[in-house]
Amino acid sequence: MTPPTSVAPEAETPSAAKQGPAGRRIRIDVRHLSLLGVLLALVVVGAITKPDEFLATDNFRLILTQASVIGVVTVGVTFVIIGGGIDLSVGAIVALASVWATTVATQEYGLAGMLLCSLLVGLGCGLVNGLLIAYGPMVPFIATLAMLASARGLALQISDGKTQVVTVQSVLDLGVPDSYVLGVPPIVLVFLGVGVLGWLVLNRTTFGRRTVAVGGNPEASRLAGIAVKRQRLLLYLLSGLCCGIAAFLLIILTGSGQNTNGNLYELDAIAAAIIGGTLLSGGRGTILGSVLGVLVFTTITNLFALNNLQTDVQQIAKGAIIVAAVLVQKGRFTP
Amino acid sequence: MLFGTAAASAALLAAGCTSNDSDDGGENTSADQAGVADDKPGKKVTVGFAGPQADHGWLNAITQQAKARAKKYEDVTLEATEGSNDNATQIGQIETLINKKVDVLVVLPADGKALTQVGLKAMRAGIPVVNLDRIFDSAQAYRCWIGGDNYGMGLNAGRFIGEQLKDKKGAKVVELAGQDNLELTRQRTQGFDDALKNYPNIKKVARQAAEFTVESGQEKMAQLLRAQSGFDALWNHDDDQGVGAERAIKQAGRDEFLMVGGAGSKRVMETIKGDKGVLKATVLYPPTMAASAIDLARALGQGKGVGGMAEFEIPASITLYSAVVTKENVDEYLPIGFT
Repeated sequence: MTPPTSVAPEAETPSAAKQGPAGRRIRIDVRHLSLLGVLLALVVVGAITKPDEFLATDNFRLILTQASVIGVVTVGVTFVIIGGGIDLSVGAIVALASVWATTVATQEYGLAGMLLCSLLVGLGCGLVNGLLIAYGPMVPFIATLAMLASARGLALQISDGKTQVVTVQSVLDLGVPDSYVLGVPPIVLVFLGVGVLGWLVLNRTTFGRRTVAVGGNPEASRLAGIAVKRQRLLLYLLSGLCCGIAAFLLIILTGSGQNTNGNLYELDAIAAAIIGGTLLSGGRGTILGSVLGVLVFTTITNLFALNNLQTDVQQIAKGAIIVAAVLVQKGRFTP
Repeated sequence: MLFGTAAASAALLAAGCTSNDSDDGGENTSADQAGVADDKPGKKVTVGFAGPQADHGWLNAITQQAKARAKKYEDVTLEATEGSNDNATQIGQIETLINKKVDVLVVLPADGKALTQVGLKAMRAGIPVVNLDRIFDSAQAYRCWIGGDNYGMGLNAGRFIGEQLKDKKGAKVVELAGQDNLELTRQRTQGFDDALKNYPNIKKVARQAAEFTVESGQEKMAQLLRAQSGFDALWNHDDDQGVGAERAIKQAGRDEFLMVGGAGSKRVMETIKGDKGVLKATVLYPPTMAASAIDLARALGQGKGVGGMAEFEIPASITLYSAVVTKENVDEYLPIGFT
């Protein structure tokens, strides 16, 4: 597997900027560059502190695998945030979908049944979110907060607090080395696919342009003839779908479904999107930035574990690195 | 069983003389002793139960053990609250139980220190409190504490691993701990480290803390396996996060070490019994303590003593033993393995 930095080919950056207003082109470019810089710095630290363990194909594969589940969620969340919303329910939806798809009853339908169940649960939750926000009287923060609570509650109820171990062999097989395609785990391939698709949709389709427009200025978008409500509904559906995909990846990864899955994903996803340059108030952001953001966090976790640093140190350093990453970005642009 | 035989006396009768008119040692061997709680229906007791959110393995088993045990007794009514991990919520729930005037409280606090005050309040209101596992800060806040031995759990895990590896030069051990912000995790690690000190040939080379969840177990174990290219033994604090850890081990294709679990889930016991793979033992932290707590609460409510001991009153504190379950003795423990 290639090092994480190569996930972000330089060629993509300018085109990602093209969609935004002309004045922002350079800004987005350098944002990615600075994130790449952070990532590179982390790789250097890893190479110095643990050269044998860190600079190994196995390790890059591990980093990408661990980034995949939260990465897919982050792609969905990035769309929602660019569209001017927020989705706090992603972690809970992942938990619910992973639990629902691993009940004894669902497992009887095999891989296809479990996958379908996972996706449908994600879409269903996204639909409820979207309807409440786009057509109902609720702001995204409250509606998705409500979903966070209910989805987790339902997950707890369905699983009865138990860890549901997967017995379907074809699902388990997807998580072990025999299933790797040219050395790449299927989980990572899905992450890659979702990332590329997300980038295409955001930058090359009307849907993407509408998302940016609705997030940047909903009133102007409405006057310009964009169906703002429908657009918002679709965005939450998209986020729900990503959660469904992520839940299935998590099932493959852990060989089980548990109602504690996806703990604090909402914050991890939002943090990754923000350090990736997505504007929390909407109207601007890139998939590439979010993916890089996720990779930065996963690499940090990996680096700490390799150096046997304990949880307390990890958390302190993580916070410091978030601040540093944002400061580096800001420092360049507001002299 | 905790309350099989006899103990109790005039002193106990004086203390709990309200209505001690039932089973005075009917089936007991020593005829001169009376007032020991047994399986026969006695005075009706309402037991209030408050625990943390039963959202995974062990905690879930605690709630189920308590409920099942209470159901077994005709004379026990269990008032169980919705579990909560939030201190403020749990305090509110316990205060509600106090206001309802339950006869006895069984409390497994989300955080022992933070809930001490409400334990004191219940005791002052005349409601005896059975403190389950996570201990209150003050001995005045409970009548009886019953719980597992986290330090002992680590100690026994360390001893078991030590005995397995004592003849191996330069043996390496790795620890996958539980949630680091809980005191119990630190106690387990302390016990583990202390046990390993007896074996100078063994060195603990790495430790990472997961969060008792499958997901975190998989993640942290995957990292540990990357960081350590070869080691001889692994202690995982919690069998539930072990589901993820075992998955990571399988994904990494590693099998050069022996693995010891913690808590004692049914799944792990079955794996030990099957003896395939790295998992060779697990150190118990028995959730049956919740059933015993209901027994204690019932005895307290009926003003009776505990069997098998010379004392008239039930003890102030009961620490359970963390047995090591291996292939040899697993059949004995399988019935109490939790799912």
